[in-house]
Amino acid sequence: MDAIILQILNGLDKGSAYALIALGLTLIFGTLGVVNFAHGALFMIGAFCAVTLNRILTLSYTIIDDTQKDFLGNPLKVDVPYVHGLFGQATGDAIIDWAVPLSLIFAIPVMILVGVVMERGLIKHFYKRPHADQILVTFGLAIVLQEVIKYFYGANPIPTPAPAAFKGSLDFGAMLGFDPNLIIYPYWRIIYFGFAAVIIGGVFAFLQFTTFGMVVRAGMADRETVGLLGINIDKRFTIMFGIAAAVAGLAGVMYTPINSPNYHMGMDFLVLSFVVVVVGGMGSLPGAVLAGFLLGVLESFASMREVIDIIPGINQIIIYLVAIIILLTRPRGLMGRKGVMED
Amino acid sequence: MFNLSKKDLSLLILVAVLTLFAPFILNPFPAGSAMAQFNAGYPDLMQRFVIFGIFAIGFNILFGLTGYLSFGHAAFLGVGSYAAVWMFKLLSMNVIPAILLAVIVSGLFSLLIGFISLRRSGIYFSILTLAFAQMMFALAYSVLTPVTGGETGLQLALNDPRILGASQTPEGNIPVPGLFGLEMRDSADLVIGSWVFTFNVGYYFCALVLLASFYLSIRIFRSPFGMMLRAVKSNQQRMNYTGLNTRPYTLAAFVISGMYAGLAGGLMASMDPLAGAERMQWTASGEVVLMTILGGAGTLIGPVLGAGFIKYFENIFSKINDNVLHSWFSFLPDGLENAVVFIIHPFIGKGWHLTLGILFMLVVIFLPGGLVEGGQRIRGWLRSRKSKDNGSASHETNPAE
Repeated sequence: MDAIILQILNGLDKGSAYALIALGLTLIFGTLGVVNFAHGALFMIGAFCAVTLNRILTLSYTIIDDTQKDFLGNPLKVDVPYVHGLFGQATGDAIIDWAVPLSLIFAIPVMILVGVVMERGLIKHFYKRPHADQILVTFGLAIVLQEVIKYFYGANPIPTPAPAAFKGSLDFGAMLGFDPNLIIYPYWRIIYFGFAAVIIGGVFAFLQFTTFGMVVRAGMADRETVGLLGINIDKRFTIMFGIAAAVAGLAGVMYTPINSPNYHMGMDFLVLSFVVVVVGGMGSLPGAVLAGFLLGVLESFASMREVIDIIPGINQIIIYLVAIIILLTRPRGLMGRKGVMED
Repeated sequence: MFNLSKKDLSLLILVAVLTLFAPFILNPFPAGSAMAQFNAGYPDLMQRFVIFGIFAIGFNILFGLTGYLSFGHAAFLGVGSYAAVWMFKLLSMNVIPAILLAVIVSGLFSLLIGFISLRRSGIYFSILTLAFAQMMFALAYSVLTPVTGGETGLQLALNDPRILGASQTPEGNIPVPGLFGLEMRDSADLVIGSWVFTFNVGYYFCALVLLASFYLSIRIFRSPFGMMLRAVKSNQQRMNYTGLNTRPYTLAAFVISGMYAGLAGGLMASMDPLAGAERMQWTASGEVVLMTILGGAGTLIGPVLGAGFIKYFENIFSKINDNVLHSWFSFLPDGLENAVVFIIHPFIGKGWHLTLGILFMLVVIFLPGGLVEGGQRIRGWLRSRKSKDNGSASHETNPAE
C-alpha cells in the first residue's frame, strides 16, 4: 500500500509537467490548428528565464574585506551581489534565495512576448500549409532556439536550487499513519503539483468563465462564423498562443529545481508531450491533462523494482506502449472529438 | 537502355558520373593550398555522402510519394547496423551476407511497425513511428544491452567466432570488413601535380550500391505502383471510395523505404564495423527528413542532393574556426574584420546545428520543393528572360517530377 501511494506521488510531478506542456500544445492546436513542434523549446526557454534571473540577481562586484583573512593572512576578496546594495544584506539574500519563484513574474511577460512574436512572425504564414510543413518548420525553429540557448548558456546543465524554505522532504507516510520514512516526498514536488493544479484550473476557468474565453471557445468550434460576427478572432488566437507559451514557460521555470535545465530538456519533454496529447485526444483540453497525469503515474509505477523484475525495461517504454495501444483501440484518444485531424 | 525514358536515363547517367568521379569532383583544390579545406574527397566523407544518399532515397519513396511523414526512420538504419555487425561477429567479415541480413532484418521490423502505424494517417502516423523509434532506442540503450552493446555500442572483438572467417588475423588483429579479399578500407592515391585523389574500395562499393538503389527508385517512381502511391498522396479518400484498399500499397512503400534504411545501416557498419544506439535517436530521423525536404521531396534526384549538401556543409562548417575566418577577412580594416568574425562566429564550428536549423526553416518557408524546385525556378526565370528577348512568351510548363 505504501509503495503504491509513493509511486502515485512520484508520478504526479512528472505528470504535472506533461499535463502543462500538453495543455499548451492542445490550446495551440485547438485554436490555431497548428502542430507546434517548438513547444518543448518554449518549456526550455521558460526554464532558462529562471537561470537568467538567477544570474542577474547574483551579479556581483568584488571588494576587499579587511575583517576577514584568508589562510595567508591577506585580506579576503568577497563578491557582493548588487542586490545587497539595493535592498540591504538580509533582504538581498532572501531575494536571491527566492529567485525561482520570482522568475515566474519575470517569465510571464517574456514568454507571452516570445509566443506572440513566434505566432505573428512565423506560424501565421503556415495556417494554410499542410500539417507536414507545420511540423517541419516548427521542428526547425526548435533546433534554432535550442542552439541559441546552447550558445549563450553552454551545453551543461545549470543547477538552479529551490528556496531554502522548500528544501527537505515531507514524511507523507507518517501523516497517513504508516511507519515514518516509508513515504517521503520532497516539498518542492508538492509545490510543483499544486502550482500545476492552479495553472490548469486557471486556464480552464479563463476559458469557461470570461467573455474572452467564451469567444475563443466559439472560435475553436467554428472560426469562420465567429469571424463573420465581426469579432477579430485572429487577434484572440494570437493571445491564446501567448498564453499557451506562458503555460509552457511557467512549467519550465518551476521544473528547474527538480531537474537542472540544459538546452535539450525541451526536446526530451516534447516527444513525450506529443504522445500525451495523442493519448488524451487531439484537441481535447481535459484529455491532455488527464493523459498527462495518467502517463506520469504509469511511468512511475513501471519503474518500481517489482515491475522491472517481471518485465525488464518496461519503465523505458511504457508511455510509448500505452500510446500505441490507445491509438489502435481508440483512434481518437481518450477524450478526442470527432473530426479533428482525421484527414 | 535499362527500360528508362530518355530523361530518366540522363538523370541516372548524371548520378553515375557524379558518384564515380566523386574523388575528382570533390577535390578541386590542390592539397596544402588555402582552399584545401573545402575539399571533400576523402573516403570517410564520400562514404557518408553516398550512404546518407541511399537512406534519403529510401525515405523519399515513402514520404515523397505517399506523403506519410515518418519520424522514426533512423530506427531501421540502427537495426540494419546492428544486424550487419552481428553478421561480422558470427559469420565472416564479408560484407555481402552482412548487408543482406541488414536489409532483411530491417525489412521485417518495418513490416511490423508499418503494419501497426499505417492504420492511422497524418500526424498520428508521425507520432506512432516516433513512438516506435523511441521505444527501440530506449530498449537498445537499456535492456537489450547483451544484443546491442548498450551505451558503448556493438563492437567487434578478438574472440568472436566468425565461423566462415578467422577470429583474428595472423598478426592478432581484428580482421576488417571486405568483399572477397578486397578490404573496404583499402585505398589508392593518385598524385597529379599537387593534387591528391584518393580512390577507396569502400567508397566505390557504396557508390555502386547507390547507383543500383537509385535505378530501383526510378523504376518505382515510374511504375504503376508508384502511380498508385502518388494517388494516395493526392487523395486517399477518393481512392478508398473507388473500392481500392490503399493499405497494401502504403505498407509496401513503408517496407521498401525501411529496407533502404537498413541497407544504409548495413553499409555504414561495413565501412566502420560498429553500431550504436544513437543512430536510432529521433534527431537522426529528423536529419533524414531534412535531407529529403532540402533536396526536394518527391523528386528523384532531390534526396541525393540534399544528403550530399547537408553532409558536405556539416563537414566544412564544423572545420572552420575563428582563425580561418580572420584569415579570410584580413583584407578588411581591423575593427570591421573583428565585427564580421564576431557575427559569423555563432554559425560555424559547434554552431553548425544552428546554421542547419535556420537553413531548414528558410527552405520550408520559401522553397517547399527544396533545391530541385529552386533550380527549376532559376531555369524558368532564365527561360522567360530569353523568350522575352525573342519577343515570344513560352507557354511551356515544367512537368512536375
